[in-house]
Amino acid sequence: MQMAELQARVRSCIGDATLTYRQRVQRLAALAENALEPPPVSAECELAQAKGVVHDLGEGNAPHRPRYVLPDYARALAQGSKHLELASPRDLDEALAFLLAMYPSVPSITGYPVYLGDLDTLLEPFTAGLGDDELTRRLRLFWRTVDRQLPDAFVHADLGPRDGRVVRAILQVDRELRQVVPNLTLRVDPQITPDDLVRAAVRTACADGKPHFVNHPMMVADLGPRYGVVSCYDALPLGGGAHTLVRLNLAESVRRAEGGSREYLSTALARDVALTAELIASRVRFLVEEARFYEHDWLVCEGLVRPDRFTAMFGVFGVAEAVNDLLARDGVVGADGGPASYGRDQAASDVAQTVLAEVARLVARTPIPHCEATGGHALLHAQSGIDTDVDVTAGARVPPGREPALYEHIRMVAPNHRYFPAGVSDVFRFEPAVEANPDAVVAVLRGAFEEGMRDFTFDVTGNGFTRVTGYLVRDRDVAALRQAAAAHVAAIRRAAPTEKEAVRAAGRVVKGVPAADADG
Amino acid sequence: MGEPVADLPAGAVAGSSTPAGSGLVAGTAPFSAVDGPGNRYVVFLQGCQWDCLACHNPCAIPRTPPAMRPTPVGEVVAGIRDAARFLTGVTVTGGEATLQAGFVQALFAELAEDPRTARLTRFVDSNGDCDPPVWERLAPVTDGVMLDLKCLDDELHVVLTGYSNARVLASARELAARGLLYEVRLLLVPGLNDGEGELVRTARWLLSVDPAVRVRVNAFRRQGTRPCARDLLEPTADDLARYRHVLCSAGLRRLTTPR
Repeated sequence: MQMAELQARVRSCIGDATLTYRQRVQRLAALAENALEPPPVSAECELAQAKGVVHDLGEGNAPHRPRYVLPDYARALAQGSKHLELASPRDLDEALAFLLAMYPSVPSITGYPVYLGDLDTLLEPFTAGLGDDELTRRLRLFWRTVDRQLPDAFVHADLGPRDGRVVRAILQVDRELRQVVPNLTLRVDPQITPDDLVRAAVRTACADGKPHFVNHPMMVADLGPRYGVVSCYDALPLGGGAHTLVRLNLAESVRRAEGGSREYLSTALARDVALTAELIASRVRFLVEEARFYEHDWLVCEGLVRPDRFTAMFGVFGVAEAVNDLLARDGVVGADGGPASYGRDQAASDVAQTVLAEVARLVARTPIPHCEATGGHALLHAQSGIDTDVDVTAGARVPPGREPALYEHIRMVAPNHRYFPAGVSDVFRFEPAVEANPDAVVAVLRGAFEEGMRDFTFDVTGNGFTRVTGYLVRDRDVAALRQAAAAHVAAIRRAAPTEKEAVRAAGRVVKGVPAADADG
Repeated sequence: MGEPVADLPAGAVAGSSTPAGSGLVAGTAPFSAVDGPGNRYVVFLQGCQWDCLACHNPCAIPRTPPAMRPTPVGEVVAGIRDAARFLTGVTVTGGEATLQAGFVQALFAELAEDPRTARLTRFVDSNGDCDPPVWERLAPVTDGVMLDLKCLDDELHVVLTGYSNARVLASARELAARGLLYEVRLLLVPGLNDGEGELVRTARWLLSVDPAVRVRVNAFRRQGTRPCARDLLEPTADDLARYRHVLCSAGLRRLTTPR
């Protein structure tokens, strides 16, 4: 970037009235970071990024903190913190104050902590002797503070799999406050988690789209008992996290490849997986060896994260489009006589399985530096998209609107889940009737886990929340934004004659004036 | 419509040539959150002895539609078995389920025997217009019955359905005594059966049948009904609030009204 361009961008950021102070500071920091050259990769890898095959999710040119950090909050509460100058808490008030003091000092890609801890397990020991009303009142204050202080939908707390007073109170408070923050996961172990707790969580999800449900035994089998679910369906080692997440756009990868599925699987796929891994490795090396995050951050110094508990995430998305493209090339016909399609035809599911198995095999045998937590390779993740993705489906989801009937949908996506230890998201939609009959969802959830699903998320139509990729926005916030935008345009139109004169006087074009109005 | 037939040989439908072990099945729904507790597989049986003005599923009224072939019990069980791990239970509705009591009994018995479906609860959704032997026969294989009560007043009942409600009220008592009355459903139509006096009498009568009775108000909806229902009104939100208030004040404790 030329200096003049950088200056122009900085100036435009400073003058952008739609940004809050915090957002402006973050954007300025990103501009400074991106004034540096990115960690070195081959020309072929640069090209793959330029073509949109490989994508670093805009993490920035100079990785200086891990993407996702999962501090060992239990250890912090037990030993107190030198950095925070706080002793180990003795009661619930002190524990909540400790956590609130700690959260802003937990780095992540978003600038906010993406993991608040397995809150029920952390807080349950502090509840002895506290009445239900007192417990709920404190958690309600805590919940409000978290939402206002960390206003980011990727801030995420975990609950379960055990029942307890805290998990019940949190589900109740969340149902009552209906905040976007924090995002929530309930870990479900059919052997440990009572149906009644799942039912309470379903009732909360009917009210506000949270929690997300994970198959705890399956997670433990892949990541061990110490894991956390953070941000948007990202499952990672606890006391560690992910250095980075780079994603491979399988739709684009197939589009650029020649030939049918056989040829793709034998050549282009391996090449694009290698290019993705190359970018991951380069970014990890920079973070660990150049930025030396793990040598000086306070979380490392106090043993709250350990470098050997970190991994890197290898994301894939656009499975649906990739599979449909391959089927069309192979000339596979679907049930309706047209080209076979993902979500409808078994042939499509079979191709998806073959592609994902191959990606998993390649990722598992591709060494990535500093990924001791997961055997020296990256962890595969079905990346749930970003808000600017167009015409490409998140992760391995069926394109929205083309999902098969409920059980077929579950059975179709369930076999994919084994390939994604770092998380996968398929979103289901239920009628509002389930609110009065949450057991209907409990039954489906139990069946879905038996079918081998790892993650289960559902929306209820008309509850006032919309899911974007994996996080939630409140419909009324979107409406307010639309209203503000309309008011903004109206104000500009009203001001047009004055602006026009200003333009004439200054002999320049004023940005933001609609052309039609500027011309009179 | 012919006279209702109460008790039938297994698998047979009165006036038809349906073979034993088969039934006239109008359709199935593998996922339902509104036909009893939890997630239910719903089996719609063909044929009803009534002809309700407000019927929302009039296609299921004819007892012997010409083009319908009987469905063997095994075929229905196979569909349920396939969905079993997602289900809380099975609900047989209609039409009128008890008109094919033999089929229902055979279906439930087979579900109870099959280890893959034995844990599913088995419910019947009925208008209650049948004789006690039907319930005696179904009781050993049935976990609960959801009973429709169109109205308590018998004359009005004839206007609404074409038939007396004497057997419906008897069914309610019989099921309550057997511990099988899961829920009573009131389909309320403004101006027809939603008067305050009628609602209070209904609530008191239901409490006399079962002091812990569970009642669900269903609001009449014109969608899916026949032209004869064209002039019927749909309850407003205010109507629904009034139903709730009146029924609760009359002593009903376990009451569900639509949102």
